[in-house]
Amino acid sequence: MTLADLVAVVLLLAVTAYAVLGGADFGAGFWDLLAGGSRAGAAPRELINRAVAPVWEVNHVWLIFCIVVLWTAFPPAFGSIMTTLSIPIGLALLGIVLRGSGFAFRHEAERLSGQRALGAVFAISSVLTPFFFGAAIGGLISGRVPIGNAAGNPISSWVNPTSLIVGLLAVAVSAYLAAVFLVTDAHRVSDDDMERYFRYRAIAAAVCAGAVAAAGVLVLRADAPFMFEGLAQRGWVLMLLSAVCGVAALRLLRRNARRATRLLAALAVASIVWGWGVAQYPYLLPESLTISAAAGAPATLGWLVVVVVGAVLLVVPSLILVFRLDQQSRLEANALEIHT
Amino acid sequence: MAFTLGSHIILVPLGVAFPFLVLIANFIGLKKKDPVALQLAQRWSQVMAVLFAVGAVSGTVLSFEMGLLWPGLTGIYGDVFGLPISMEGIFFFLEAIFITIYIYGWKRLSPWAHFWSGAALPIVALGGVFSIVSANGWMNAPSGFTLGPDGRPTNVDPIAAIFNQAMAYEIPHMLAAAYMTAGFLVAGVFAVAQLKGHWDRYQRLAFAIPFTLAAIVAPLQMMIGDTVARTVYQEMPIKFAAIEIVWNTGSDEPEVLLGRLNQDTGVIEGGLPIPGLASWLSGFSTSTVITGLDTVQRSDQPPANIVHWAWDGMIFGGTGLALLAVWFILYWLFRRRLPGTPWFYRCAAVAGLVSVFCIECGWTVTEVGRQPWIVYNFLRTADAVTTAGMVRPFFAVVIVVYALIATASVLTLRSMSRRWAAGHTLESGVPVPYGPPDVNGRVAQAQVAATSGSLEEP
Repeated sequence: MTLADLVAVVLLLAVTAYAVLGGADFGAGFWDLLAGGSRAGAAPRELINRAVAPVWEVNHVWLIFCIVVLWTAFPPAFGSIMTTLSIPIGLALLGIVLRGSGFAFRHEAERLSGQRALGAVFAISSVLTPFFFGAAIGGLISGRVPIGNAAGNPISSWVNPTSLIVGLLAVAVSAYLAAVFLVTDAHRVSDDDMERYFRYRAIAAAVCAGAVAAAGVLVLRADAPFMFEGLAQRGWVLMLLSAVCGVAALRLLRRNARRATRLLAALAVASIVWGWGVAQYPYLLPESLTISAAAGAPATLGWLVVVVVGAVLLVVPSLILVFRLDQQSRLEANALEIHT
Repeated sequence: MAFTLGSHIILVPLGVAFPFLVLIANFIGLKKKDPVALQLAQRWSQVMAVLFAVGAVSGTVLSFEMGLLWPGLTGIYGDVFGLPISMEGIFFFLEAIFITIYIYGWKRLSPWAHFWSGAALPIVALGGVFSIVSANGWMNAPSGFTLGPDGRPTNVDPIAAIFNQAMAYEIPHMLAAAYMTAGFLVAGVFAVAQLKGHWDRYQRLAFAIPFTLAAIVAPLQMMIGDTVARTVYQEMPIKFAAIEIVWNTGSDEPEVLLGRLNQDTGVIEGGLPIPGLASWLSGFSTSTVITGLDTVQRSDQPPANIVHWAWDGMIFGGTGLALLAVWFILYWLFRRRLPGTPWFYRCAAVAGLVSVFCIECGWTVTEVGRQPWIVYNFLRTADAVTTAGMVRPFFAVVIVVYALIATASVLTLRSMSRRWAAGHTLESGVPVPYGPPDVNGRVAQAQVAATSGSLEEP
């Protein structure tokens, strides 16, 4: 394994972390959107709010980390992706901004109409952001991003079958993950109604995600043969693992095994991301730019690894601390009703 | 990009220095068992939470814009100057983690454990300033690579790029600016309260903590800034020529206050020239030679008037702030209390806005003064910009979104302060936007009780 490969693995792990942690936050917004009117939706929205409020910024930093590692380690790939896919990425970015501020300010609106409007901004952008990220990834894996400053087609690079299916998959997977996490959160505060509420939704989302994934295989075969080959030859083990973990997490939902349930659900999502990475190897931009060709200066990569090791030593214990405090309910979010 | 950076740079001081103010109040509160100081720390930490959320969002936009708008910069030089930015990613991570623990930990963590979780924040913020300003310094004084025959950097040494010549002076300058601005801004809010007649112990403390900090830093900043100017004179002569609007190279150059340089003819119109001062300030002698703008082609000159006016703005503003600081310090030394005259508080009320103005001016000087280069003498801004034809719509959307966020932030903070002024507590108040519930006096008392060894529960 070369140094560049090592950094690519780091990047893939960071993307995984964002897909799991950020995905769960986006999925929570999805359920917020579908929670119904202000009276019926009060209980689920309150649970969502409690679950998301203390951790969303921490989860969000993974994205920034992915971006800076990509640009430091693989400058040509970063420039090519960002310019060709500038529209979906710009829209995802808009979604992030609106989602964060919608969430931050909605409790402040003193009147119900204002809360509704800001809540809707938060919820809708929570759905659109993963979709557009998925669409961008779809353009990437179907080989629609050539090397160069805005060298690809600005529209068809993300309006295509692969982008559509990956975008939908991103939304479905986020929703699944959020629902599973919310079941365990409801269990923690002994809220049986909400536990049942989100259990049904977790199962529904899992069925949808499975259906989209199955359709995705067919789409890839027609639209992105390189990825299809990669998945068929190397990535299938991870896809299988994802399905097994996803179903196992659902089975565990009824039992009191909070940590195992969350872990399995996270693993189900993580293995999809790993399958993507394995299938795409050794390319960063499939069939035009390999990892080694895109790699920046070796000295930079070396120091980047040092920085990452430092990060693991500093950030991981802090992360464990914050998640433990959060799970022990020692970080108190708003305990008051929203939408009342 | 300039617009988003310009907006983000307002949030930076608050992100960097505000935690320090909160911690001072928290420390006083715990040490002296002072519920007023603790209440102050709690309320400020809620403000900090809102501002951090906005800063996080705006920082994300920036990291994307580096690729969306400047593929020529990140695509070619990404591996040279990207390392400090990756480090900033880590610092930002730690900041997000500890700010979360701090703002949500008021109730359930033990008071001192809670304090120490917050104590990580200023240190981490320092690391963040170091990383980002080092990357900016590199754009002013590129180092750590040689240019290969294909026009791409080779022999990359990212450590040499981090420790470039410009970072050594830019970092203290930015750090001092951050502490000044945060101090003056926060104090300004309570100076307004004083003028309106609200002047209890709560407001006095809330004014004294940030204003003292800013007053200590402001005179130091004059000295740092002076050093920075002389370094720019040596390292970036064309930027310096633009700052002083010097057209022909020569000694005994006047310091022109305001005025306008015609960059086609080299004639200066208007302004108030002080003979020999520019030369004297650059090398402590009127015979110091200053390189003129006409030593480079018109296409290599920055728009000198913008740089010059921004420079003058920064100097006027900074001097005013330093004088205000001296007033405060002398009054304290001789009378041992806060000044009483309304004129002091009128000045203090606008000091925060003046500091923001100074930061924007200083940032204009360093960025516009480097034009037409984005990486000084290596990469032109025009060659770095994206060729995707979406810059204008993107820019329009960004302006609208930022205007909305700015409005929402201001409304939020105003509403929070209104509620606090009305004395709402947890039971009666609207919850704070994204943030811990208004824990108010109850927790303050609980913490005092806990520190004094009482087992009494709130």
